[in-house]
Amino acid sequence: MKNKSTLRKVLRYIKRYILLMILSMLLAALTVAGSLYIPIIIGRTIDLIISAGKVDLAAISGLLLQTGAVAGVTALLQWLMNAINNRIAFDVVRDIRNDAFRKIEELPLSYLDTASTGDIVSRVISDADQFADGLLLGFSQLFTGIVTILGTLVFMLMLDAWITLAVVVLTPVSLLVARFISGKTYSMFRLRSETLGEQTSLIDEIIGNEKTVKAFCREDESIEKFEEINERLEKCSLRATFFSSLTNPTTRFVNSMVYAAVALFGALAVIDRGASGGITVGELSCFLSYANQYTKPFNEISGVVTELQNAFACAARLFELIEEPSEQPDPQDAYVLTDAKGAVKAENVSFSYVPDRKLIENFSIDIKPGQKTAIVGPTGCGKTTFINLLMRFYDVTGGCISADGHDIRQITRKSLRSSYGMVLQETRLISGTIRDNIIMGKPDATEEEVVSAAKASHAHSFIKRLPQGYDTVIGEDGGSLSQGQKQLLCITRIMLCRPPMLILDEATSSIDTRTELKIQDAFAKLMKGRTSFIVAHRLSTIRDADVILVMNNGSIIEQGTHDELLARGGFYASLYNSQFDSVS
Amino acid sequence: MRKLLKYLTKNYMKETVLAPLFKCIEAVFELFVPLVVAGIIDGGIGSGDKGYVIKMCIVLVGLGLAGLAFSITAQFFAAKAATGFAKTVGNALFRHIQTLSHTDLDTLGTSTLITRMTSDLNQTQTGVNMTLRLLLRSPFIVFGAMIMAFTIDVDSALIFAAAIPVLSVVVFGIMLAGMPLYGKVRTGLDRLLSRTRENLNGSRVVRAFCIEDKETSAFRAENDVLTADQLTAGRISALMNPLTFALINLAIIVLIWVGALRVDSGILTQGQVVALYNYMSQILVELIKLASLIITITKAAACGKRIQSVLESGEGMTGGTETDGFTGYKYAVEFRNVSLKYSNAGDESLSGISFTAEKGSVIGIIGGTGSGKSSLVNLIPRFYDPTSGDIYINGINAKDYTLDALRSKIGVVPQKAVLFKGTIRENMQWRDGNASDEEIMHAIEIAQAKDIIDKKKHGLDCEVAQGGSNFSGGQRQRLTIARAIVGSPEILILDDSASALDFATDAALRKALRSLENTTVFIVSQRTGSIMHADKIIVLDDGQAAGIGTHSELLESCPVYREIYESQFRREGGETA
Repeated sequence: MKNKSTLRKVLRYIKRYILLMILSMLLAALTVAGSLYIPIIIGRTIDLIISAGKVDLAAISGLLLQTGAVAGVTALLQWLMNAINNRIAFDVVRDIRNDAFRKIEELPLSYLDTASTGDIVSRVISDADQFADGLLLGFSQLFTGIVTILGTLVFMLMLDAWITLAVVVLTPVSLLVARFISGKTYSMFRLRSETLGEQTSLIDEIIGNEKTVKAFCREDESIEKFEEINERLEKCSLRATFFSSLTNPTTRFVNSMVYAAVALFGALAVIDRGASGGITVGELSCFLSYANQYTKPFNEISGVVTELQNAFACAARLFELIEEPSEQPDPQDAYVLTDAKGAVKAENVSFSYVPDRKLIENFSIDIKPGQKTAIVGPTGCGKTTFINLLMRFYDVTGGCISADGHDIRQITRKSLRSSYGMVLQETRLISGTIRDNIIMGKPDATEEEVVSAAKASHAHSFIKRLPQGYDTVIGEDGGSLSQGQKQLLCITRIMLCRPPMLILDEATSSIDTRTELKIQDAFAKLMKGRTSFIVAHRLSTIRDADVILVMNNGSIIEQGTHDELLARGGFYASLYNSQFDSVS
Repeated sequence: MRKLLKYLTKNYMKETVLAPLFKCIEAVFELFVPLVVAGIIDGGIGSGDKGYVIKMCIVLVGLGLAGLAFSITAQFFAAKAATGFAKTVGNALFRHIQTLSHTDLDTLGTSTLITRMTSDLNQTQTGVNMTLRLLLRSPFIVFGAMIMAFTIDVDSALIFAAAIPVLSVVVFGIMLAGMPLYGKVRTGLDRLLSRTRENLNGSRVVRAFCIEDKETSAFRAENDVLTADQLTAGRISALMNPLTFALINLAIIVLIWVGALRVDSGILTQGQVVALYNYMSQILVELIKLASLIITITKAAACGKRIQSVLESGEGMTGGTETDGFTGYKYAVEFRNVSLKYSNAGDESLSGISFTAEKGSVIGIIGGTGSGKSSLVNLIPRFYDPTSGDIYINGINAKDYTLDALRSKIGVVPQKAVLFKGTIRENMQWRDGNASDEEIMHAIEIAQAKDIIDKKKHGLDCEVAQGGSNFSGGQRQRLTIARAIVGSPEILILDDSASALDFATDAALRKALRSLENTTVFIVSQRTGSIMHADKIIVLDDGQAAGIGTHSELLESCPVYREIYESQFRREGGETA
């Protein structure tokens, strides 16, 4: 059932290459015909080589030339077929991969936040790769295999029906044997992969934390544990490997029985020749080479089928990702927010990540252009969620948030998001040069702009000390940069593109307190006249905010300036004072 | 690779020799088949002797059976040698990794070590298995077929002698040409992988900066490059089958022509020509098998090399013979002009650090990110050795102790709070395998972790998942602190280990640690609040000691300390508690 719909989806991708497909099948049929025809010509030639003096050299040279021509053309067609198959398989997988990646950029964050990165990556990379392998194998072996079997049958029937029957009856035995063995070894392999999994997780745990192991002198205990599992692994691995390796010798044995049967019936038919049909010696040799050719695709096909099943399972996982619903697209007449003034208003907003657990409820605020708003509260109170809503990473479930008087759901995501500059606690850098990372929001920035932005964020001095300065290539997610340095780079990005509104979510959490103080000045300059939202643990950094929102359990419990809130002696005041309690 | 093979030949010599030997014997049976068929044609059909034909066919069945028996035996020996080899190498590798020093671990990298222990080892096992089974068999059949051809007719056999080298050149040439291309494909795949991962992990950044389209087109461009590389590589390997097919058929044409001439002049029989033809076909089949086998072997050899390089890497660390040190010595730890430069680093991480830590005192270490705090405490249990200067523990140079004796004096709470699979009790007995429940509970109380145990139904028998993932960060941190306290270490090191604790718990922990009278405690922190009550505070700035003293002394004399303090305790009117 499931395989069927996957097949349909695969076919949809292949459809683009339908002409190549047809060509490939045509070539496969021709190739098989050619390679089956050669033994027949050779057989005829052998019939002309009877004994001394009784050899028709003229006819033989003609037949051999024919063989050469057929072999040459067949080889050429086979090469063409291989090249076409490669093209179809790799192009199809490229298309699927492109669609999968595009999907990643369109998926709602609610999906990405809950899905495991490793799982999606393995779909786009290794599943797609395995699918390409399977598809290629399927094209090149499954189809030719089937055509070979059918073609051989036809050619053999043309030569002699009885011998053909003997071959047809005996051959499936090898398939049965193979199936029997793989059925028996299945449980052995499962035990093996379970034990292997157990070993891998021990390795992961011990070597992944080797320094801790060493600190506690636990090396010997770890070795003991490892060797115990390894001993078990060897035993079950041996069983699985040995029993599965029986397939080849036994199928080969069955094949040699087929061969013997053909030799027996064939030779007898040659001796009885003349009475009722019978065959010639050349035809016998042709039969023998068919017997070899005929059994081979059977063995191959059973391998290909498993491979194809695997490939389809991989494809199904890819399609699962591609068919995931995208973020709701912007409405047709969506407003394009330019030069935002920065009036942000939330009216009766409610939101929850999971339907039955309300996170934010009846949340209303009215922020005037240019105001500096700080949001504080204990972990899990909804601070970061509020930011997610502002940027439309998530949409409100009730109520409405507006920017410059427009419901943000009526504004294009692109224009809304580029109106905000965002620095998060969790820094993300892309692999590329330092400069690439800084100019993300403003690709056409000049060198002077970049440097002055870096100076403002106090990143210039450490960038200067890197081997290639601004052109230093950093690896995936910042490579060897420290957490604090990465955060400085993220701040530089914002200093460069200077968007009309700012969101700083624990933007300086990894920077030591001395540098932080210096950056605060730069931030203060940047925030002047800009609407800004600041989330911070260290309350000292938000004292000069125009309005402080104190959140708890998803709603605003206090609101006012630092002095007002302290004077009120409520939640904020106790939060603020607790930072100093440990001192006294 | 050769050194790895030692593990094979030393322990599994018998299997290693017998497996290919039996495979070759099986091949001999296979090589007899065309001869028997020639006999059927010349001896049976020629004289119309049906009895002879039947007898010969029974011989064919017999050859098949004998082949089956020998090949099953060979498969067993090969599997035994390969799995045994993997086991011995696995044990050796794991043991070796346990002896590596921290410096070695840093240079090699944890993730590499894990892949070498797992997938590389597996590939090597498969490689050994396939090699033993097939590496000798295929060439044996190829050359065997040629030799059999020589026994039939020397002149015709010369065609074999010419065809085999040409075929080998084609097969190996295509493989050699293809290998670097496949390497390129791998690199291309890695590029796609890292871009995909980046876009997933950084989805918020990508969207906040509206670079979805830019990223998509970058991905497409990389994907196109990959596809082009795949096609180039594919085009080369697509040559393999057609070329060998054409060559073998060419050889067959020549063979039959020569055969026809020689039958005509009465030197050969018809059956012998058929036999020669069959031998040529056998060679084709084997060459194709050999080609795919060699790919497996090259891969395995590459993996084997990676394992070998780990086995040869690492200088480890050697200890002395001392176990106790001077009893009653005043200082638990002394640093004398200690500097540290990590291998591959440009600058020193610590330079010229000297201080003393009295027995039972509390030492605080503070400084900005990257100032060398962790490096300093890592020197005490000799995770690293100083590049210059010396460290004395109980008045004896740390290097003179046996590593076990030194490290068992010290309880370490690392930055990364990890627990290991097992029960809480097992985790708590890491320092002292015989610690009683009372001792464990005492440590847990000091670490402010009692409420965690109280809430669990099974108490100390509560199961811990791998890495301790069934506990929260704060819970893990407190349990790792308890783990270090069990067995009353002489020196306790907390490397920024209270970062996940709230202020109140942190304060209670510090108070409880004071009750450990005979333990010298090192507390590394970024928070002034965590270390200000220490007997001695070391302020680090860029690897240098910017100041050493008590809180009030440092406030007076050390501007760096004052800056850190004020940045954290800036309060109206500048008052300090």
